[in-house]
Parts: sequence; C-alpha cells; structure tokens
Amino acid sequence: MLITRRAEFSASHVCAQRALSPEQNQRLYGQASNPSGHGHNYVLEVTLEGEPDPVTGMVFDLKKLKEVIQQTVIDPMDHRFLNYEVPPFDKVVPTTENVATEIWRRLEPHFESGGARLNNVRLYETEDLYVDYTGENR
Amino acid sequence: MRVTRRYRFAASHRLHSATFSEDENRELYGKCSNPYGHGHDYLLEVTVAGPVDAASGHVIHVPTLDRLVSEQVLKDFDHRYLNADVAEFQTRVPTSEHIIRIIEDRLSLRWQEVFPGEWPRLDGIRLRETKRNVFELKT
Repeated sequence: MLITRRAEFSASHVCAQRALSPEQNQRLYGQASNPSGHGHNYVLEVTLEGEPDPVTGMVFDLKKLKEVIQQTVIDPMDHRFLNYEVPPFDKVVPTTENVATEIWRRLEPHFESGGARLNNVRLYETEDLYVDYTGENR
Repeated sequence: MRVTRRYRFAASHRLHSATFSEDENRELYGKCSNPYGHGHDYLLEVTVAGPVDAASGHVIHVPTLDRLVSEQVLKDFDHRYLNADVAEFQTRVPTSEHIIRIIEDRLSLRWQEVFPGEWPRLDGIRLRETKRNVFELKT
C-alpha cells in the first residue's frame, strides 16, 4: 500500500553553471539563469510503501512522517535562497531534478528500518512542471 | 527520473460513428453525440524519463519539449473542432482514448529528430477531459 504526505516550501534559486558564460547559461536555462535568482512555491509529495501494521492499522505514523519532512526538508529549505543557503546547491545546480534527488537523499535514511520504505518523491516546481524520483540511477 | 509537463487545450468534439445508426449512436454516446458537438478544457500531461545530466542537472530541455508539443499537438488541437479540423479524426471517433493515442503518434513521429540520443524517452501521456474523466497511457 502507498501513503502520500504533501508539504510546501517557498525558495529562490538560480540555474547556471560556473563553467559556462552568461550567454550559454541563458541558452540552456533561459530566464532561470538570471543572476539575482527567482523563486517558486514548491509542492512536495512524499510517498511511502508498506503493509499496514495489524495492530495500529497504519503503514507509517503520518505525524512522524510530517516531522521528518519538516526537519529534513522544510526547515532547511523554506524561505531560503537554495544556491547560497542549502548545500549542496552551492556546487550543484538547483534544478527541480537535483532538488528532488537531494530531498530523496535526506529522507531515505529515516525509512531504512521499520515497515515502510520510501517509494517516490514528487516535486512540483510549478503547477505545470514536476518530477518523480524513485531512487533509481536513471 | 521522470519529468512531467502540463499543457492545456480547449477543443470541441462530437462522438458519432458512421458505422452506427442515429439511434445506436444516441444509445452508445448519449449527449456526447449531439449533432453540433460540445467542448472541453483538456489538460494534457506529458511524462518523459531519463537520467539527470550531470552538468546541466536536467533530464530534458523543457523548452524543446514545449516546442514539440506545441507544434505537433497544440497548434492543431487548441480552439478547434476536432472532428472537422484534425485529419486523424476524419476516420476515428475523437474519444479521449483515441485522442491520447494520436497525441502519442504525433509526438513519436518527431521524437528522434528532436531528441536524437538514447534519452530522454517518452514515458507516458495523461489526458484529463474533465475533472472526473482522466485517461492515461504508458508508452
């Protein structure tokens, strides 16, 4: 069974590679490369997979899931400029793909033991663009 | 990793097949068979899959996908009467099932030209005809 918890955070970022010229970054990332950055209201959906515990009836305690998301993702990223304030985005371009991967990396250790495992991280950058990451290499 | 992009188009259609009588059409398609057609605000989700490029941090260059979807689908579908204005629906009833297949065909036709490498691949198409009717195809 899958259970999904949703959370939101607002953050700013700029997408550009140091190795590229401003013109090359503009061609690759468009407006997202504007040097002073811009922001999004990110929506995060964390999906866990497991069987309901026969006694509690729960796959995972949603209060605990809420706390894990709050501590590992929302507190460090909400109302922050990702490139300046949230490692590894001082070195890694904070595209939606890379932010989702980093969120997976932060969440996964919390679900290595116990009944539920991390199944999917969905991150909406806007209503019209989102990524799904299941921990695979591709 | 999968990346999903949402698009919208407004189009009208009429569900009516020449192989059936008027009564049979009315029986099968109900009010969707009304002679002058009717319309929907379709919501189209195109999902692609691939590895994250280490340098760019992207699975796909989204503006390139936007251009492809615009040229192959939205240009012909948006603010059109599908039965009359889109060639494929001269011979196929424009149900959402058929629309989604034709969108797949139209995107596949130029996919290799626009994305010549092994990745990204077209992974799925989702079409929301109304809030209550959603159709999904894994490609």
